[in-house]
Amino acid sequence: MTSTSSGFANFVMVGERTNVTGSARFRKLIKEGNYAAALDVARDQVEGGAVVIDVNMDEGLLDSEAAMVTFLNLLAAEPDIARVPVMVDSSKWTVIEAGLKCLQGKGIVNSISLKEGKDAFVHHAKLVRRYGAAVVVMAFDDKGQADTYARKIEICERSYRILVDEVGFLPEDIIFDPNIFAVATGIEEHNNYGVDFIEATRWIRQNLKGAHVSGGVSNLSFSFRGNEPVREAMHTVFLFHAIQAGMDFGIVNAGQLGVYDDLDAELRDLCEDVVLNRRSDATERLVDAAPRFKGDGAKERVVDLSWRQLPVEKRLEHALVHGITEFIETDTEEARLSVVRPLHVIEGPLMAGMNVVGDLFGAGKMFLPQVVKSARVMKQAVAWLMPFMEKEKEELGLTEDSSAGTVLMATVKGDVHDIGKNIVGVVLACNNFKVIDLGVMVPAQKILDTAREVKANIIGLSGLITPSLDEMCLVAGEMERQGFDIPLLIGGATTSRVHTAVKIHPNYKAGQAVYVTDASRAVGVASSLLSDNRKAYVDDIRRDYVRIAEAHARGREDKRRLTLTDARANSFRIDWSNYVPPKPSFLGTKVFEAYDLAELVPYIDWTPFFSTWEMKGAYPAILEDEVYGAAARPLFEDAQAMLKQMVAEKWLTAKAVVGFWPANAIGDDIELYADDSRSERLAVLHGLRQQIARDTSSRANLCLSDFVAPAGSGVTDYVGGFAVTAGIGEAAVAERFARANDDYSKILSQALADRLAEAFAERLHERVRREFWAYATDEALTPQEMIAEGYRGIRPAPGYPAQPDHTEKGTLFRLLDATEKAGITLTESFAMWPAAAVSGLYFSHPDSHYFGVGKIERDQVEDYARRKQMDLKDMERWLAPILNYDPS
Amino acid sequence: MSKASEIETRLRALAASRILVIDGAMGTMIQRHKLTEADFRGTRFKDWPRDVKGNNDLLSITRPDVIRSIHMEYLDAGADIVETNTFSSTTIAQADYGMEALAYELNLEGARLARSACDEVTARDPARPRFVAGAIGPTNRTASISPDVNNPGFRAISFDELRIAYGEAVRGLIDGGADIILIETVFDTLNAKAALFATEEVFEEKGVRLPVSVSGTITDLSGRTLSGQTAEAFWYSVRHGDLLSIGLNCALGAREMRAHIADLARVSDTLVMAYPNAGLPNEFGEYDESPEAMAKLVGEFARSGLVNIVGGCCGTTPDHIRAIAEAVQPIAPRVPGRIEPLMRLSGLEPAVIGA
Repeated sequence: MTSTSSGFANFVMVGERTNVTGSARFRKLIKEGNYAAALDVARDQVEGGAVVIDVNMDEGLLDSEAAMVTFLNLLAAEPDIARVPVMVDSSKWTVIEAGLKCLQGKGIVNSISLKEGKDAFVHHAKLVRRYGAAVVVMAFDDKGQADTYARKIEICERSYRILVDEVGFLPEDIIFDPNIFAVATGIEEHNNYGVDFIEATRWIRQNLKGAHVSGGVSNLSFSFRGNEPVREAMHTVFLFHAIQAGMDFGIVNAGQLGVYDDLDAELRDLCEDVVLNRRSDATERLVDAAPRFKGDGAKERVVDLSWRQLPVEKRLEHALVHGITEFIETDTEEARLSVVRPLHVIEGPLMAGMNVVGDLFGAGKMFLPQVVKSARVMKQAVAWLMPFMEKEKEELGLTEDSSAGTVLMATVKGDVHDIGKNIVGVVLACNNFKVIDLGVMVPAQKILDTAREVKANIIGLSGLITPSLDEMCLVAGEMERQGFDIPLLIGGATTSRVHTAVKIHPNYKAGQAVYVTDASRAVGVASSLLSDNRKAYVDDIRRDYVRIAEAHARGREDKRRLTLTDARANSFRIDWSNYVPPKPSFLGTKVFEAYDLAELVPYIDWTPFFSTWEMKGAYPAILEDEVYGAAARPLFEDAQAMLKQMVAEKWLTAKAVVGFWPANAIGDDIELYADDSRSERLAVLHGLRQQIARDTSSRANLCLSDFVAPAGSGVTDYVGGFAVTAGIGEAAVAERFARANDDYSKILSQALADRLAEAFAERLHERVRREFWAYATDEALTPQEMIAEGYRGIRPAPGYPAQPDHTEKGTLFRLLDATEKAGITLTESFAMWPAAAVSGLYFSHPDSHYFGVGKIERDQVEDYARRKQMDLKDMERWLAPILNYDPS
Repeated sequence: MSKASEIETRLRALAASRILVIDGAMGTMIQRHKLTEADFRGTRFKDWPRDVKGNNDLLSITRPDVIRSIHMEYLDAGADIVETNTFSSTTIAQADYGMEALAYELNLEGARLARSACDEVTARDPARPRFVAGAIGPTNRTASISPDVNNPGFRAISFDELRIAYGEAVRGLIDGGADIILIETVFDTLNAKAALFATEEVFEEKGVRLPVSVSGTITDLSGRTLSGQTAEAFWYSVRHGDLLSIGLNCALGAREMRAHIADLARVSDTLVMAYPNAGLPNEFGEYDESPEAMAKLVGEFARSGLVNIVGGCCGTTPDHIRAIAEAVQPIAPRVPGRIEPLMRLSGLEPAVIGA
């Protein structure tokens, strides 16, 4: 631990809690083989600020080598611990070497010495260098441990010369330990040990250039075992002088260290006399006085509720930062009674607390779920104050607005996804913006009318599916036409800086469209846009967008595409002559009403759940992540608790419809038939084909139809389709939380409904493989293996990479009668409502696999529009995100 | 510190006068030859019990003409250094094909082929010497990561197993005439440390010393190696190898590699080498950045004074190397700085003591 308190700058404390000789608790855990708890000890040290952790397994009854290897290998799997270097500490060379073979980083060996003569020393030093570690060298030679000043400097100098001149060690990678021995033992020869160490340290730092000095401090006070206050004072005094002399490492128990200036003056003088050997009766005097300073032993642990003792402003801050709602109404009321007007509570302590939250969030010390929890506390405090403020307004006839600005937010027409938008709204509200949220599927005119009505300072648009990109361009164009000039924020999964710069920005020159990467950026962007410096900020954005547009235009030239004819010539060829496609157990559709939610829970993929909250990392590792772990764990606990309730109390209804039809491919399309006679055509599923030009591989240019036997091959093939939702009832649940001023639970419930819908799709696909299509009856995959897509067959969804055309969902829904059977409707942009829904096709061929169509050329779009009997311009609008050309 | 070898002295002198160019992808070029299983087997392995197509390193023995022609193409394109076709020539990586016993021979022949190509081109223009970098890949095992998520303390390979395998590779490369030992595509630094250890052992055993280079790979946009280290921590972990160069290759394209190369350029006191892939993989996992686009990006590395040696990895071709060589040709090389003599330790992150 590097402490910067006076006199301690640049002093590295090496913790000794993961040392079986230094910590009884650690020794017990290792002996019991409880490595999980032993790792927690290491984690505590790192969290406490350790710069290096010392690992020592030297214990007579232990296989030290094995324990060292096991512990270091486990430690390597813990990124929050493994981020710091390790000091491999043992008196046995074999243990040190075993440890070095486990370290990918550069650690420190503790220790080697001339104890067994020069040859052994050189041999060990060469190996340490070859393993790439720094080294602690004990002042020890074949005559024994150096005790006097003269012996200490003689051995250290000799060691230094060998290491630097013969072995090629970097001087700065050498740490000398000139031995700290116990003083005040009653033996006169021991009295000068403290001084010997301190003076040797001074000499080493002045004469052995680059080298460092370390020592095990607790030895010093050995004779005062049981009297912790005296030991602590001796260590503090000793270090004060040793550090001044140049000691820059120390094996120290941080809990046993005080601040020099804070020591009792009498005790400090007594200790100083002993340590510096200032008077012959120093030991006797300290021994006599020691019992008076013994105190009552261990310091008391701080209890969790101690913050309740703080003044009310600090209590409010604590509640906001830690997201605690338990006392918020009491504290808010107390604050209200102490000020003249209820508004002063908001403008004073509550805003001050939220500013702390904002600063921590900005500094990356808090994460979204914590901020949303803070917002919940804030909202409940404000809700408590509202009646008082209303009353005051009535009495005084006041109208006032102290907000930082009004932000109007909406998910655009045709789109239903709003979790991200809700998070942005909460974060803005936390930062004193007045947020008006129009919800989902909001037409352009309604957005603009409301903006005028509420005098919005900023409009924020959100969307998740690709057709929403077009709708955003339209809103931007309408803003221009209707004379708006306020900023327009763009966000959501399919939006991007490039799209905003290239497509939206040119439509709205009177104002400024700004892409917002994620919720954590929203406040900065909104504040800048409303600040006095907004002109400079907007100029920056415009310059940036020009550069992006240019780069985008240049980038296009780098990507070559095949003609559709050539792409088709390189289609994915399955040998149908030796293949009999499996026949589904039924043809037509099958409906699932109110599917058991409990059955879906094990199928949940949690990784996307965390990314919803802008925490990047795979589950379950994220729970232990060094950055996100502390925020991820409580979020996950809250999610588990709510999920349990959701399932038990049936908050949501899950519905699904599945269908299978005889099918054959015709070129890039798939024909579906009413029955196995294959005489009546029921529908055509249209496909898009990859047009990427490959010159370094022989891989095919894929289209979904490649996975279905062609008509005329005589092979009877089948295709399936499905639509599932776990979102019936979701809106009501979200509304209930919103009314309770609990955005955190609202967003949590929406995110869980999404996960359940995905889990439902996963579970249903499994049943399709095992029961309904029954081509993999003996499949035995864990949900984790399914998430990794280790199964046979695929379930691509219209609007996603293998078939990016959302309009194909129309055909699928008609075939399934999904609106009637599963209660899912399609918006004009082909988004599914409820939002927690998944639909797609099933393919069974063992060679079928997921792929992305990528960018396509004009020849294919013309052909595709013809096949779909759609207008070319319309087709280009639906396929805009994947066009490899500019249709205008 | 150990004395620099004669080759190292020459290389450092050259690198002080201009930016050096290392070649591009071997695999990409081999694919262009559309070789069959029979090509890979040749006559010697015609009855080998396992399929060997895809064992590119085997071609050094069965189709030396193909490998040598690829070296020649890169040398003609302007490469100063070519890498031997030995990326997977360790007993560990060859176990997939049951060809562990060929490890030494693969390294020997791989180095000989590159040696003969370099010698031929150097003879044509002695003023422009060419160098052979003996390539040592990471193997397909990780020494500091468990392959079993339920057993994080487990290791599929030990330091000593790696050390022995790498030692055999280094012996073959030296015997075949390599000028440089290049430990590359390092995704787990502990593997690289075993390779450095083995290299030192072989140097000691043979009484020779060649320049050693290390190149890591930052596998995702988080800016860490697969084993979790930052670029700076990675450098401190391998710095004891007295390296000719430290650098990065593979994984990311030049654009995404830039920040990490800049980190290395800032903290290292030796040459810096960058040989990225031809862009990020597209939706099909292929690298399709054009030579011009890539040369523009790598040229910017040079103009910003970040690099001493540049080249290409996956997806790059002689056209890429030619474009890169032309782009950096007029630009002065980076001057390696001196770094303050502080104790520079690392875990996954750097820890500089007393900074």
